[in-house]
Amino acid sequence: MLEVAALNTFYGQAHILTDIALTVGGNEVVALLGRNGAGKSTTIKSIMGLVRPRSGSIVYDGEEILGAPAFRVCRLGIGYVPEERRIFTELTVEENLEVGRRPARENAPEWTVERLFHLFPNLAERRRQAGGRLSGGEQQMLTIARTLMGNPRLVLLDEPSEGIAPLIVEQMARVIAEMKREGLAVLISEQNLHFSRLVSDRAVIIEKGAVRFAGTFADLDADPEIAKTTLAI
Amino acid sequence: MSVLSVSNLSKSFGGVDAVRDVSFALGAAEFLALIGPNGAGKTTCFNMLNGYIRPDRGSVTLEGVELVGRKPRAVWRMGVGRTFQITQTFPSMTVRENVQMALISHHRRTLNMTRRATRLYAEEADTLLARVGMAEEAARPCAELAYGDLKRLELAIALAHRPKVLLMDEPTAGMAPSERIALMALTGEIIKSEGVSVLFTEHDMDVVFTHAHRILVLNRGTLIAEGTGPEIRANPMVQEVYLGGGTVFKGEANDA
Amino acid sequence: MGFYFAQFLTGLANASSLFLIASGLSIIFGVTRIVNFAHGSLYMLGAYFAYTLITTLDAGGFGFWTGVILAALIVAVIGAVIEILVLRRIYRAPELFQLVATFGVLLIIQDVTLAIWGAEDLLGPRAPGLSRAVRIFGEPIPEYDIALIIIGPVVLGLIWLLFSRTRWGVLVRAATQDREMVGALGVNQRWLFTSAFMVGAFLAGLGGALQVPRESVSLLMDLSIIGEAFVVVVIGGMGSVTGAFVAAVIISVLNAFGVLVFPQISLVLPFLVMAVVLIVRPYGLFGTAASAHGPPTVPEAPMKPMSIAGIAVVAAAVALVALLPRLDDGFILVLMIDVLIAMLFAASLHFLMGVGGMVSFGHAAYFGLGAYAAALAVKALGLPMLAAMAFGPLVAALGAMIFGWFCVRLSGVYLAMLTLAAAQILWGVTFQWQSVTGGDDGILGVWPARWASSKPAFFYLALVLSVAGLVLIRHLAHSPFGYVLRGGRDSPIRTEAIGIDLRAHQWLGFILAGAFAGLAGVLFAFSKGSVFPDALSIGQSIDGLIMVLLGGVQALIGPIFGASAFVLLEDYISRLDYWRAILGGVILVIVLAAPNGIAGGLSGLWQLVRGGRKTGERA
Repeated sequence: MLEVAALNTFYGQAHILTDIALTVGGNEVVALLGRNGAGKSTTIKSIMGLVRPRSGSIVYDGEEILGAPAFRVCRLGIGYVPEERRIFTELTVEENLEVGRRPARENAPEWTVERLFHLFPNLAERRRQAGGRLSGGEQQMLTIARTLMGNPRLVLLDEPSEGIAPLIVEQMARVIAEMKREGLAVLISEQNLHFSRLVSDRAVIIEKGAVRFAGTFADLDADPEIAKTTLAI
Repeated sequence: MSVLSVSNLSKSFGGVDAVRDVSFALGAAEFLALIGPNGAGKTTCFNMLNGYIRPDRGSVTLEGVELVGRKPRAVWRMGVGRTFQITQTFPSMTVRENVQMALISHHRRTLNMTRRATRLYAEEADTLLARVGMAEEAARPCAELAYGDLKRLELAIALAHRPKVLLMDEPTAGMAPSERIALMALTGEIIKSEGVSVLFTEHDMDVVFTHAHRILVLNRGTLIAEGTGPEIRANPMVQEVYLGGGTVFKGEANDA
Repeated sequence: MGFYFAQFLTGLANASSLFLIASGLSIIFGVTRIVNFAHGSLYMLGAYFAYTLITTLDAGGFGFWTGVILAALIVAVIGAVIEILVLRRIYRAPELFQLVATFGVLLIIQDVTLAIWGAEDLLGPRAPGLSRAVRIFGEPIPEYDIALIIIGPVVLGLIWLLFSRTRWGVLVRAATQDREMVGALGVNQRWLFTSAFMVGAFLAGLGGALQVPRESVSLLMDLSIIGEAFVVVVIGGMGSVTGAFVAAVIISVLNAFGVLVFPQISLVLPFLVMAVVLIVRPYGLFGTAASAHGPPTVPEAPMKPMSIAGIAVVAAAVALVALLPRLDDGFILVLMIDVLIAMLFAASLHFLMGVGGMVSFGHAAYFGLGAYAAALAVKALGLPMLAAMAFGPLVAALGAMIFGWFCVRLSGVYLAMLTLAAAQILWGVTFQWQSVTGGDDGILGVWPARWASSKPAFFYLALVLSVAGLVLIRHLAHSPFGYVLRGGRDSPIRTEAIGIDLRAHQWLGFILAGAFAGLAGVLFAFSKGSVFPDALSIGQSIDGLIMVLLGGVQALIGPIFGASAFVLLEDYISRLDYWRAILGGVILVIVLAAPNGIAGGLSGLWQLVRGGRKTGERA
């Protein structure tokens, strides 16, 4: 479904990503692992069109999307959940969801406000409250719900477990499992190997902007040195 | 004997209690963790301890002297240092200059207009940088630093005023596991060698259970538990509101 | 009783038109984060188009209202063109660039308007059917005022409905907070921004069109309204339409009563209200903390002391300039004095903005204070030149002390707007206070002492004082005090957290910058032999900003290049017809094509020469 090849991204003159290659299958959850500053977020943002890669190729559903602006990438069916949640704090929960609303899409699950409230009952109770009044955990759920309102086929989750309570991390794991059950493809950027293992099918590890490992967790366990050096465990 | 005493600290925003009647004490050279769900009031607590937010009620005393009502800079002068969840450094300066800034303030030379700032307290700054293992980075632009190094730089800046208490807000957020361990081990050493007391918030339970001498748990603005690692982990209320089933952290606690 | 009620209604009627322009400005800022200096120009265009449409369409009520709406729609379209051609390209630029770019647009619109409608004021017809007055409590109230009083709240209601009840409104509010995220959720923000800008332009055009029956249409409408509109937006809270309404009512009603007591108060009152409001609520009545800052910028590289080679080059350059009088003692020397004064002025502004991170849109206030103080010292107090030269910077510093006390309590756009308002107030006072300042006629005959009266002698005096000022400013930037200011710019939180009273240091920085600008003003007064209110006008402030921008904000040497380039350029352009439009065009080209300025360009070139060594950018 998503094929990234030879992706190179720069910030000014700094070379952030070097020849990144990765794939995500139709109903697959892939973890993009790496240390802080390894280039995980930049990879996600490059796919989403939030930063402009200098060269390479990003093929989604048979279509080249490299260089396309974020709104177009979203309209093609890629949803983005940012690291810092980025809730619209002055809009109500319902209005936050409204911003994310896109028309239904063929071969993607269709989400409605009511369905999402069913999945996230906490949000239903607070539908008319301002986003900024929600607790951190509820905001984390709202940012996912908002993205699902766009009826994506592929969801990019940037560091979903970072800086949140263990209890919410467990909830995140359940939500990701639910997305997979609905038939979505998911790419997660993560530092937390333990969490990634719980929720994903496969791992891609990047270090200093380049891919160091791609394979199953069994492959990764077979050579403990890899995780040790690339993830500093 | 406690260095920092907090009693009945309370704050509400728009009628909602963010923090309610929080009381605890931080002992000399103690490594105390404050944990709890996102939005439980940890950062509000921190901000009240060092003067960013004025509490509605309650008192905070440092060695018997009241801190409530003082501005952050005054609280710093009295010996309460702080590192931030989102690192706060001076990106347009070098690493050494960042520490020099703190030293210039420590020596009360901020209004000096005749000297060249980079020539003041350079050696003292290098000593502090060596203390946190960053001697070799001294001349680099701060903006180039990796995330973990920024956290260490913040520590060096905080030490410039020889604080009695150090408040660290999510010190290891965004770091790799080995970096987390290294930073907390360093903090542990500093506690021992300088006799500083540290209060920190953290979501990484491996860090908390490995390093903290004692743990406070905050939920919806009130303290619901207080104790050592094993006590907290076994507490059913803490499990329900915060820890969950323990499936997302390794949880090999080394009892401190 | 009846009389006071009538005054109250007049105030409300004024509030309506002020609200229309301010709400547009606020909406545009809220969504695009751009402080649109050209907003007054859109208001002026609305008035001109309405004048033409109303006088060409038939004179009935239908023709009038159609003309008003059509004029506003035309202005909306013009707004769209401006947004697409200019603003779209600078949304990520620092606020300084945006302000200067919209000022470029303002200049162009001024000359285009002049070319189309001519320089004469145009007197429009009264509104048909509303040309009489009704008696309320025995006092005559123009029917048209009553119509305006109704139109204001109606427009507010419509805007509220648009923002809270439509998907467009929800998207605009979301984009106000986080435009990138809105894009990532599938919204084409380009068109969202264009449409929001059109709504803002429409409101400005409507405000202008509705003024046609009340005042004559003139080329001064743009700058005369913009200061007050800024004040209203700041008081209300940037981005808040309700805030703009409340603020417009407060200002206008207070004004209506204020003028009864003290006729000149209308110049000072908005500023006073703003100062009071900002002290109590630093982000305005309805504003929030997040709305004060533009996008983050890339941190600059750490400062380095000048190398021996650098010092040699600078010394050689100064020596070379010092030889100038041997070459020519006429026009070139005069031009060179202008360059020196501009350098000092630009460097003082750069110290405030580049080092201190306090963007000032009204730095001319201190330049003008210095100039006027020196002129008055000579003419009214009879002081000798050197004493006057010391007196000028002192008065400028005093002014900076008073205004700076308010300004350093704010940050970002709020600070910038407050500096602008301060300068506008001073300008107004100078303009009106005929008995002391000579008003529009200025103060003439401010000549240097005899020993400095020859051109070469004055040139050397200017050279010595400017170079001394520049060296001092540079020295300050490298001192602990300068580092504290830079620290406050980089991270106010960290600065406070290491025990520094940032506000006090910023205040002192503001005062020093004011004193240096005052020194430049003093030199200016003596070099021209006269002072006019222009010395503290918006134009002079913007000139300073353009110089800093031309030179490059991130280099201490920038203002020196920028000032030279600007003075030489302006000297050439101002001899041409429609020079404003040409200058505006040049500004736009620079902002859009060379955002790092001359110093940035030169250092880029230097990097290339040295083999493309990596610059200190964030990894």
